[in-house]
Order: sequence, then C-alpha cells, then structure tokens
Amino acid sequence: MTLEYKPITKLSDLPEENLFTSGHRLCAGCGPAIVARLTLLATQEKPIVVNATGCLEVGSTLYPYSSWKVPWVHVTFENAAAVASGIVEALNKLASEGKTKEAPVIAIGGDGGTFDIGIQAISGALERGHKFLYICYDNEAYQNTGIQRSGATPFGAATTTSPAGRVIPGKQERKKDLIGIVLGHHIPYAATATIAYYRDYINKVRKALSYNGPTFIHVLAPCTLGWRYDPSKTVEISRLAVETKFFPIYEVENGSLKINFRVPKPKPVEEYLKTQGRFAHLFKPENRHLIEEIQKNVDENWARLERIEKAGPIF
Amino acid sequence: MSFNKSWKEMEIGAVVKGGSGLLYKTGNWRSEKPIIDYTKCINCLICWALCPDSAILRKGNKVEVNYDYCKGCGICANECPTKAINMEKEEV
Ligand code: SF4
Ligand code: SF4
Repeated sequence: MTLEYKPITKLSDLPEENLFTSGHRLCAGCGPAIVARLTLLATQEKPIVVNATGCLEVGSTLYPYSSWKVPWVHVTFENAAAVASGIVEALNKLASEGKTKEAPVIAIGGDGGTFDIGIQAISGALERGHKFLYICYDNEAYQNTGIQRSGATPFGAATTTSPAGRVIPGKQERKKDLIGIVLGHHIPYAATATIAYYRDYINKVRKALSYNGPTFIHVLAPCTLGWRYDPSKTVEISRLAVETKFFPIYEVENGSLKINFRVPKPKPVEEYLKTQGRFAHLFKPENRHLIEEIQKNVDENWARLERIEKAGPIF
Repeated sequence: MSFNKSWKEMEIGAVVKGGSGLLYKTGNWRSEKPIIDYTKCINCLICWALCPDSAILRKGNKVEVNYDYCKGCGICANECPTKAINMEKEEV
C-alpha cells in the first residue's frame, strides 16, 4: 500500500495514541524502544509489523504479553524480509479480491538480524521488489544475548567476542556499509537516521512508505548495556554520533544521495568515543593511534558521501 | 491469559492480545523519579516522543508522567530543552 507523503513539522502533528505500549521489558533508556515508539507514531495507517529475533522482539513480547497494538509477527533471526514479502503478496491478492483492506508492511530487525543473519532474505526481498519498508535498528552488537560483536560493531569497540585486552584492542574489522549493500538492489529509497533527530526519522518513515517499491532505513539506536553509558544519555549519544560525523545522516532517493545534516562544525570523534565504556581502552597511551585511525576513517567516509552526492544519481 | 496452561492448551502460534504489555507494570524498576516543573514546561512534547517506555502521556495541553511504567532512565530530564524535569531519588 502506498501512502501520500505528509511530513510533520512539529510533534503535535502526531497522533496521541501509543501503539507501542508501556510495560515492555527492554532496559531503562533503551534506544531500540525509542525506534519502535517513533516508528508507530510515524505511520499514518496501522502497519503490519514483522519483527526478526533480537532485543526489540525479546523485550517487547514476553509471553503472554505484547507491547504492539498493531498486527505483529515474530519470525526467526534470518527471515523477517522473507515473511514480509509473503505478507505483502498475500495482502495484494486478498485486497484485489475485496477480501481484506490494504496495509503498509514494515519489517524490523536489529543489526544481527540485518547485517549478518538476515542479509540473504533481505537481498532476495529487495531484488524481487516487494512493496515494504525494512527498518534496521542498529545497536551495534548482539546485545540481548550478551554483547557479541556483529558486522555492525564499529572498529575498536569492545564486545564479549572482541574484548579489549593484551591480545586485541577491541574489534579489528570495520562496520559494513549497509546502505551500500541495499543500494546494490536499485531500490527507490534508502536512508540513515538516528533517534536524536526524531523529526527527520519520522518523516523518513513516512517518505519510505510513500514509495512504490522496497525501501530501507538504517537507524542508529544506542544501547546502554553494551555501549556502557548512563541510561539518560541514549539520545545525547545518538546526537553526538551525528555531530562528530561518526554516523552521517543521509538519504538516497532514486539513486541520488543527499546528506541531510551537513555538520558545519564537526566535533572530534573523541567526543563521541569518550562517552562510552566500550571505547574506554582506546584512551590508553598505547591505543591512542587507533583514535586517529577512527578519525581518518570518519573523514574519508564523509568525503566519499560528498563525492557521491556531487556526482549525481548512482543508478 | 494464565501461566497455568500446559503447552497442549496454548493457542497455536502463541497468539496474544496486542497491547497486553500494559498488564505488566515496570514502575518498580525505578530508583529515580522524574518530576515535571510545570512553571518551566512549554509543552514541546520532546519528552513524550522520546520516552522509551511510552510513560509520558499527553493530557490536553499538558504532559504527565505515568509512574506505573516509568523506569527512571532520565532521558526525559536530559532532553527537556527548558530543564523542566528533575530526577529525584525514589523513596523506599
Ligand atoms: S520536554 Fe520539557 S518542556 Fe517539553 S513537554 Fe517535556 S517537560 Fe515540557
Ligand atoms: S525517566 Fe525514562 S521512563 Fe521515566 S518518563 Fe522519563 S524517559 Fe520515560
């Protein structure tokens, strides 16, 4: 189902009802819970939500409770996109026969269910062109099973499977370019977002649901447990990720990239890293050079995005 | 809903009622309590939008904390642009 794009200008434009209810068992200060909440505030029509295994699913639907006041289905880690594809096509068929009404379909998965385990089903669904929105809430590790590294964990972050110590100073590999991967499927809309820029995120959800084709949003959602910071700082840290250019906010519409926040006076990446225990080891004298390396990667990534933006449509 | 059912009596697919999360109160997780100073609040709704526990409610022209569910994370106090929310120690 395609909805007309109606951006909000202020929060009072949103409906009052909480479709993502209280009573869930996600941690106090949980970033992914804010993603779920903002997503359901954003959708103008009640969506059908397909949720891959992950923090959000585990924490919001402990049997016999559910915090989702919309049709919602849990599927295993690897196949949220496949199940969403099936729902979209079944709805199309039934609606064409007048047996049901149409509804937007949203698949939502964490970074484990998206970057790693679900990538094959996502690739299939994007290539087949089903009309749905996939949202990856990225808290940068398998947090609810005990903070194991994923393909989304950034370089240098300590997790239980990339612990910082005498052998390695945190994760040795860089984060996958998820938007790069999904753009390889020529989809009409892909974007990054984070919860501190809630209006931007809400409007991106609305815009994505107005496109006739698969769409994708990658939203950074800090995790108080795994990133090791005070729960009150969840939104502040997601803002710092943008202000240091660590996590650039951009969208790609029909192949044209646009950086949504230009960050005229970027803060040094240290300002972001120092807020989180998972990066604390980088501030030891012997690891300081890694901060420089991270800064270099951040600057190069930004320059790369600017080049793509300037060059015009990539497909 | 009851925990006394055997697996044979459960509905196929473990279907539960949407929004039944409300039956489980999380307010006792809290060690600090957000208090809104209405002389400073400008009803911008930022705390309402960003509370991970949907524990800030819009009541007419006012926001109110729902202490049945607030876990005391302090995000509302941290993000309030007018510093209208204070976190106070919870009495035990
Ligand atoms: S964020 Fe602060 S000013 Fe805005 S509605 Fe909440 S208490 Fe009021
Ligand atoms: S302290 Fe946290 S849970 Fe409580 S109302 Fe504020 S944001 Fe919501």
